[in-house]
Amino acid sequence: MFNQRALAVWLRNFWVWRKLAVPSVLGNIVEPMLYLLGLGYGLGSLLPNVAGFPYIHFLAAGIVCQSTMNSATFEALYSAFSRLHVQRTWEAIMHAPVSLDEILMGEWLWAASKSLLSGCAILLVLVVWGITSPLHALAVVPAILLTGLCFAGMGLVITSVSPNYDFFMYYFTLVIGPMLFVSGVFYPVTQLPVWLQWFSQLLPLTHAISLIRPLVLGESLTLAWLHILVLLLYGGIGFQLSRKLARKRLLS
Amino acid sequence: MAVLKVEHLCKQYASELVVNQLSLTIPAGICFGLLGPNGAGKTTTLKLCLGLITPDSGSIELMGMPVPDAGPKVRLRVGVVPQFDNLDPDFSVAENLIIFGRYFGIKPDVVRANVPELLAFAGLEGKEKSRIRELSGGMRRRLTLARALVNDPDVIFLDEPTTGLDPQARHLIWERLRQLVAKGKTLILTTHFMDEAERLCNCLAIMDHGKIIAEDSPKRLIENLIEPVVVEVFGDGLDDWLATVATGTGCRIERAGETIFCYGQDATAVLQSMVTFPGLKSVVRQANLEDVFIKITGRELRD
Ligand SMILES: Nc1ncnc2c1ncn2[C@@H]1O[C@H](COP(=O)(O)OP(=O)(O)O)[C@@H](O)[C@H]1O
Ligand SMILES: [Mg+2]
Repeated sequence: MFNQRALAVWLRNFWVWRKLAVPSVLGNIVEPMLYLLGLGYGLGSLLPNVAGFPYIHFLAAGIVCQSTMNSATFEALYSAFSRLHVQRTWEAIMHAPVSLDEILMGEWLWAASKSLLSGCAILLVLVVWGITSPLHALAVVPAILLTGLCFAGMGLVITSVSPNYDFFMYYFTLVIGPMLFVSGVFYPVTQLPVWLQWFSQLLPLTHAISLIRPLVLGESLTLAWLHILVLLLYGGIGFQLSRKLARKRLLS
Repeated sequence: MAVLKVEHLCKQYASELVVNQLSLTIPAGICFGLLGPNGAGKTTTLKLCLGLITPDSGSIELMGMPVPDAGPKVRLRVGVVPQFDNLDPDFSVAENLIIFGRYFGIKPDVVRANVPELLAFAGLEGKEKSRIRELSGGMRRRLTLARALVNDPDVIFLDEPTTGLDPQARHLIWERLRQLVAKGKTLILTTHFMDEAERLCNCLAIMDHGKIIAEDSPKRLIENLIEPVVVEVFGDGLDDWLATVATGTGCRIERAGETIFCYGQDATAVLQSMVTFPGLKSVVRQANLEDVFIKITGRELRD
């Protein structure tokens, strides 16, 4: 599945993105930066250190994760769906000797690549800002890619079964939205009731943050293998499931 | 050698057998037409033959490869013009061809060098930089044809290539399709236009309810399946004429609204029977493919 033809699908999306690269990257940075400034300073000024760091430093790593998740999710949902359903680009690609699996692989890697770009753009701002060091930032890059693959794989499941754009609202209000508040983006998970802490450990975003926050802040990682495994599982199972569902939708 | 060999193909959607025990053999170098009313199963048949959907049963062999078992590589030497255009709206005309070539593993430079020739073939000279949404329906259709030729295919599948086009665009497409056959390519097209089928196709299969009900050259279908002469009768006194003398003419008689169609060996008997009905008018003509089509698929409306 990971071959020339899957890369051609990836390349198609890249070529489209390249036409609007500057506004796209700016758009990816501006919103998270507003969060970081607003919450970081506004809320941060009311708070003592959080987990041993100024609040804005603590929040920065959360924003990297949130923005990676959002970017992968939007691409795997709205953009991929428009290529699947509205523009019927997938159908056209399948007139060539490209399989549906290869298309999904291309889309998966593309959504992850795009979120990698968003994540790295913010990381760069954090380096310039002095919140993290270039060396630490470099170590974060693979973790961002992993997070992107995870949420892109999950997003493709929703896309494969979605009848229309409205359907995505369920995913955002029932999955993405709530996850944002219990995974430790804005405050440490340890502030939550114990039962919610346990629940939080089942969510991929929690593990993305457990991986990325120490790396950004230059702390040592704990249970890195577990976080990596959880992200791989969510992304990998999501991708496999999307293959089954897309096949049922398009090839039967 | 047969380019396409289909045996006992079946495909069911819900409780409807959309393709029902269909068998076909298409030799190389001809234009083969699949003719049928809406909903007959033409598109489904083409998709099955291309390996785009999975059959319930039966076997398909496209250029010697089993479909769908051989996977997408059967489409390496195939061109596809789908029923509904799916050009890539995010790219210009030339970019559409280049990116499509990429899916076949053809380098962008190779396709770029071919773009002027492909666009000239489709009557789209100078449109390289146009956006897809700036193109008329006819232009999109022609670009879809050009796109199907990017990989210089041996076999081209065309699903209703001229539906919705004006006469000028239809004639241009017909002309191009003839050129492709002259170059030795095999065309497999679906249509519900009789003139298109009659002009273009060396061999026709008429399909309805998922089955092929007649298959031959257009000429022989007309010779074998229908009486040679048709008299269309209409005007005042139609009902009286029908009730009294029409059946005595020995013709096969069909009614469609306010017109009676009399199919027979010649027109004399019908014209004579009309002498005493001065209000009646008539048109005498040779039977054509449309008459065959209607005879075997019926007159009731399809959607
Ligand atoms: N994916 C599908 N799901 C359910 N029914 C379908 C599907 N595709 C086609 N059909 C049905 O199969 C029949 C034949 O369709 P089609 O092959 O498109 O006919 P044609 O191309 O001859 O007009 C129609 O009744 C259509 O509604
Ligand atoms: Mg059709």
